[in-house]
Amino acid sequence: MNRKLELVCPAGNPAALRAAVEAGADTVYLGFRDETNARNFPGLNFSRPELRHGVGYAHDNNVKVLLAINTYPTAGHQSPWRQAVDDAAEIGVDAVILADIGLCDYATRTHPGLRRHLSVQASASNVESIRFYVEAFDVKRVVLPRVLTLPEITALNAKIDVETEVFAFGGLCVMAEGRCSLSSYVTGISPNKEGVCSPASHVRYEDQDGRLLSKLGEFTINAFSDNEPAGYPTLCKGRFKADGTTSYLFEEPTSLNVLDMLPELAEAGVSALKIEGRQRGKAYVSQVVAAFRKAVDAASQGQPVESAVLMDLSEGGRETAGAYDKEWR
Amino acid sequence: MSAANCKLSLGPVMFNWSPEKWRDFYFRIADEAAVDSVCVGEVVCSKRQPFFDPVIGDVIERLQRSGKEVVLSTLALIMSQRESNMVRDLAADGGYLIEANDISAVSLLSGRDHVIGPFVNVYNEGTRDFLIGRGARRICLPFELPADSIAAIANGCDQQTELEVQVFGRLPLAISARCYHARSYELSKDSCQFVCAEDPDGMAVDTLDGTPFLNVNGTQTLSRSCRVLGGELTDLQNMGIHRFRLSPMDTDMVAITRGFRNVLDGEDDPEALRRDLHELMPAISFSNGFFHGVEGSVYRERGE
Repeated sequence: MNRKLELVCPAGNPAALRAAVEAGADTVYLGFRDETNARNFPGLNFSRPELRHGVGYAHDNNVKVLLAINTYPTAGHQSPWRQAVDDAAEIGVDAVILADIGLCDYATRTHPGLRRHLSVQASASNVESIRFYVEAFDVKRVVLPRVLTLPEITALNAKIDVETEVFAFGGLCVMAEGRCSLSSYVTGISPNKEGVCSPASHVRYEDQDGRLLSKLGEFTINAFSDNEPAGYPTLCKGRFKADGTTSYLFEEPTSLNVLDMLPELAEAGVSALKIEGRQRGKAYVSQVVAAFRKAVDAASQGQPVESAVLMDLSEGGRETAGAYDKEWR
Repeated sequence: MSAANCKLSLGPVMFNWSPEKWRDFYFRIADEAAVDSVCVGEVVCSKRQPFFDPVIGDVIERLQRSGKEVVLSTLALIMSQRESNMVRDLAADGGYLIEANDISAVSLLSGRDHVIGPFVNVYNEGTRDFLIGRGARRICLPFELPADSIAAIANGCDQQTELEVQVFGRLPLAISARCYHARSYELSKDSCQFVCAEDPDGMAVDTLDGTPFLNVNGTQTLSRSCRVLGGELTDLQNMGIHRFRLSPMDTDMVAITRGFRNVLDGEDDPEALRRDLHELMPAISFSNGFFHGVEGSVYRERGE
């Protein structure tokens, strides 16, 4: 028996929300257009009226809406985050996705009826941490950090009484989420506080002796010869020198893809699959969501899954099972 | 509170030093360092801990005998049952003050006095107050916080709870399930052969055009630059911060503790401290950017 996995899909804007719903999403997740969410890129996300409209559209199609308020509120300036929680409750989203303990506390006290999920940014990677958030804030679902192996996820689910959601496809943080200041070390803009990693505003490409250097802030993240396609300088997917060797020290440019391990994830007790990519356009969202819709439906009926269908959408054309595979470590 | 009442803490050794080197380092800290508190315990990788188990008892005893407060630091990233058990065992031992470096430790220590380590995200007064309500009596704030956030968290903080800020040492920028030391040797984490022990101050990582960038320490990625908040000590005290953390590097930490103590006691000025630090570590650049709200890698001169 396989329980059917809930498909949680990215909606970076109203067009992507529509695309995700049409392609078969069970749930969409999105954020307000400000620093309160971890995909605070220019031109992305939702205004209050857009969210209200999006929730109406999604609910009409029996699709749930989750609002990510998953950055860490700035000290002395917590009101935008609290306002986001208040507005989420008023607009009627199905749950909020939170990371900060103070904000979890606020939401629990102020809107006890508003369902709370724990964001991956909280980095709750073990039984005691998860129980802490369940007991203190009655969270109903935990998005697991991308650090755990499949056996660890199985063991975890056996011991906790809360839904778990795991990343299924797209960009891959190689560091524990919500605990990485690499990008802010280089740019001054913090993923935890401002909700953006390796921001485009700090990216430069420079010619140097026939090589194209990609830079983030003052630091060179990669260099490409004429015949190499130049990638975006995401800090942890860069090439660096250590001990006399040049390599992708942290991770190659690659995408997570779990299409060929859906039965194992269901077996491990996972409730929901999350597709990364609120910064992606509607064509990408349509294609990935449709492929996962088909695969989840097939897997739930014990049928084989076509797993190679999304290779052309993967970063650098490469895919990985990430930390789910023990060898990744 | 006068500057003379300010306290210095020595953070845990993050690197995989040999047990002998590790023990001797702490013995010398016990005998000679100008610090009030000393954090002891493996924070980065659970595979290293068994090496320190035979000597940690002697280290704690020596530190206590010399009047230092001993704080036991827990792992920053806990994934396996074995790692959970390590934290559970530590928390069950009621005799020591424990520094929680992940939420599981916070949870296990709830209801009794404890320290919140710098690996727990305390970005605002809402989180501060929740944790104080659970028994946090000292909070070492995240290194990423700018001055105005530190001031806002210090403002209105419960009188019984001390706030601490790292003023010296490499910045622990990230932690991962993956071991980059092992990866750079084309080994997996499970068969790592403890190659991280080759680099007692971390493995230098440069950009492709040769700029010093990061330091890899097993699963941890540190800044190559060394944070130095010297001129900022007065600002921090004015905000209400009276405890300062020095994070050990493979250098003369005793001299460094004395240097900071002398500045706090008004016997030396921050500029002289910076010159002394530079003399001690000529190859290492300094940074203070996070405090000033800019790139963490930057060093901003006073008045700049």
